[in-house]
Amino acid sequence: MSARDRILGKLRAAPVADDIPPMPDVKGWYATHTRTENRQERVQRLRAALEAVHTEVYDTTLDNWHTVLLDILASKGLKKLLIGTGTAHGAQLEALQPPGLDIVRYAQPISQWQDILFDETDASLTLARSAIAETGSMVLWPSPSEPRLMSLVPAVHFVMLDVTTIHSDLHAAMRDEGWAGQLPTNALLISSPSKTADIQQTLAYGAHGPRELVVLLRHPTGETA
Amino acid sequence: MSQVIKIHASKDFKARSLDALNDAGHRKNFRGAMDFLQAKRSAQFTDREALETLRDLGSHIRRYSLAHLPRLLEQLEKNLIANGVQVHWAENADEANAIALGIARRANATKVIKGKSMVSEEVEFNHAMEAAGIEAFESDMGEYIVQLANEKPSHIIMPAIHKTKEEIARLFAEKIPGVAYTDNVDALIQIGRQVLRRKFAQADIGLSGVNFAVAETGSLCLVENEGNGRMCTTVPRIHIAITGIEKVVEKLEHIPPLVSLLTRSATGQPITTYVNIISGPRKPDELDGPDEMHLILLDNGRSQAYADLQLRATLQCIRCGACMNHCPVYARIGGHAYGTTYPGPIGAIISPHMLGLESTYPLAFASTLCGACNEVCPVKIPITDMLVRLRNEAQARPGTTEATLRGSGAGRNTLVGLIWRGWALMYSRLQVYKLSSWFMSRGRVLSPTEQGAWTRSRTPLIPAPKRLRDLFKEKR
Repeated sequence: MSARDRILGKLRAAPVADDIPPMPDVKGWYATHTRTENRQERVQRLRAALEAVHTEVYDTTLDNWHTVLLDILASKGLKKLLIGTGTAHGAQLEALQPPGLDIVRYAQPISQWQDILFDETDASLTLARSAIAETGSMVLWPSPSEPRLMSLVPAVHFVMLDVTTIHSDLHAAMRDEGWAGQLPTNALLISSPSKTADIQQTLAYGAHGPRELVVLLRHPTGETA
Repeated sequence: MSQVIKIHASKDFKARSLDALNDAGHRKNFRGAMDFLQAKRSAQFTDREALETLRDLGSHIRRYSLAHLPRLLEQLEKNLIANGVQVHWAENADEANAIALGIARRANATKVIKGKSMVSEEVEFNHAMEAAGIEAFESDMGEYIVQLANEKPSHIIMPAIHKTKEEIARLFAEKIPGVAYTDNVDALIQIGRQVLRRKFAQADIGLSGVNFAVAETGSLCLVENEGNGRMCTTVPRIHIAITGIEKVVEKLEHIPPLVSLLTRSATGQPITTYVNIISGPRKPDELDGPDEMHLILLDNGRSQAYADLQLRATLQCIRCGACMNHCPVYARIGGHAYGTTYPGPIGAIISPHMLGLESTYPLAFASTLCGACNEVCPVKIPITDMLVRLRNEAQARPGTTEATLRGSGAGRNTLVGLIWRGWALMYSRLQVYKLSSWFMSRGRVLSPTEQGAWTRSRTPLIPAPKRLRDLFKEKR
């Protein structure tokens, strides 16, 4: 008999409770505890949550996000930016051929350029799938075009977010986007630069992941923040 | 780097507690840390109604999951395998380590980088790897500090909570080549970052724990702040996750309430920096992520707790540590005094199933039963009921129906047993009670003035000259 069979056998042999609880009503709890708010209020809530944990937030539009991004890169003295492959925003940025900025694509398996990624790549840009206002979380679903390590290894991580995609809470994001039926190999919520309070409860940023998280809120053309 | 600190809770618990109580620096570190964590948690739960209904929901999800545990484990296994994950089952620590070693040997792996995992502490993973010639390196900052100091974690969420920044500064200067003394916390973290970045890149295997496993999607959910957990599960070519069999939930929608309860109860954060949901190794068209992914499901005594309908509630735990943060005993003696991987109230109720009551029963007595742990537990485990039950099990006569656990009766003391039997007799028979209380009130002058620990800081207990019933008689 295998360990598996022995463990399951022991669990199956255990007594059954008289009061087996029914399936929990998660939807019911969120129905009475999810905030009703308009988009502007939701953006404000997201921004406040992000800024409370050391994240920089900038308002941009579909037309000017690249200008804002290039200005921030310049002000931070960043000269190399990692982008994904085959993304519309990456192509837009490359087409600008910004002087003084080396745009690198994440185009080969990690084993072929791990040292360069770890040692020579200062910053990256990814697009968030959506976001969560309650906790100030960016939802990222890494993919072949924007792989997992883009949001982890470079010291500065830029995330662009379309403000029309912000959910109130994680439950709403999972429900409205139908996560359960289509999860990728890795789904992420990112809510601040990496941090730790493991030394005498003193908060320090830049533990193992990015030291800085910069969120570009992309508003629809014609709308202001 | 080995961390083989074998401690027998039953033998040394009182001595270690006394040492900890007499160490003023240690007391100050823990008091400060507990106050900090209590205040942080409290600030997260300002809406009492929302907190209580969310705790009800969290408790409900965990009880539902446990009621269906065997089915959910099979569903989890099936869906993980469909996602390309290899699933292993281990009845005990040795089996879990042997599985990990087998994976390492097949892959010719020599280096393991570890994310935070209390289950890996429970099975003494590092020691097993090093005994087999494989380097196991901790990457969580707190765990890294504890490993450098050749110690064990003193808290399940904040492993190095017992150390000051000055102690850590001295440790780094002494143990890390080329590092000068600095007690600047930012600088210390950057030193750790530099050392560990190389380790992530060089490791063959990344080991992680699991906060929740989702049966319906075959997913592992991990929460963390540092990013080392993501590094461990993404950079090395093999990812091994290890978890207790109780961590499974059925639906993905069960995750949001549990994550919210976990991070707010643990460290008072609305959410951790990263919530990482992993549903398989790298796909052929993906450019990073592990080529191979394994999950080790560990029993190690959990099925004993499961077999008892009352003690099963122990397995509801989501390992937030709030019970220890609010425990007046833990706050004074700290984590190491317990001598077990899991300290504090949760340690006192889970360790007997892992190690047997014979080596852990004193922990059940290390409580005032004040109930602070019950009040803060995000999944409403009746911890004090468990403690009382374990006290009874420790005193039970082996072979009787009261002795149901491994090591039941280990704390049995004939004199104490006789005293309690006499006590029970006196309070259940009116005539015996009348007679004994008459003798006690009349013989009060014979009461000893030295009454052990009681009179160390209190006046002696002396029966009243007249019994209550005598006073009533006079009043009539």
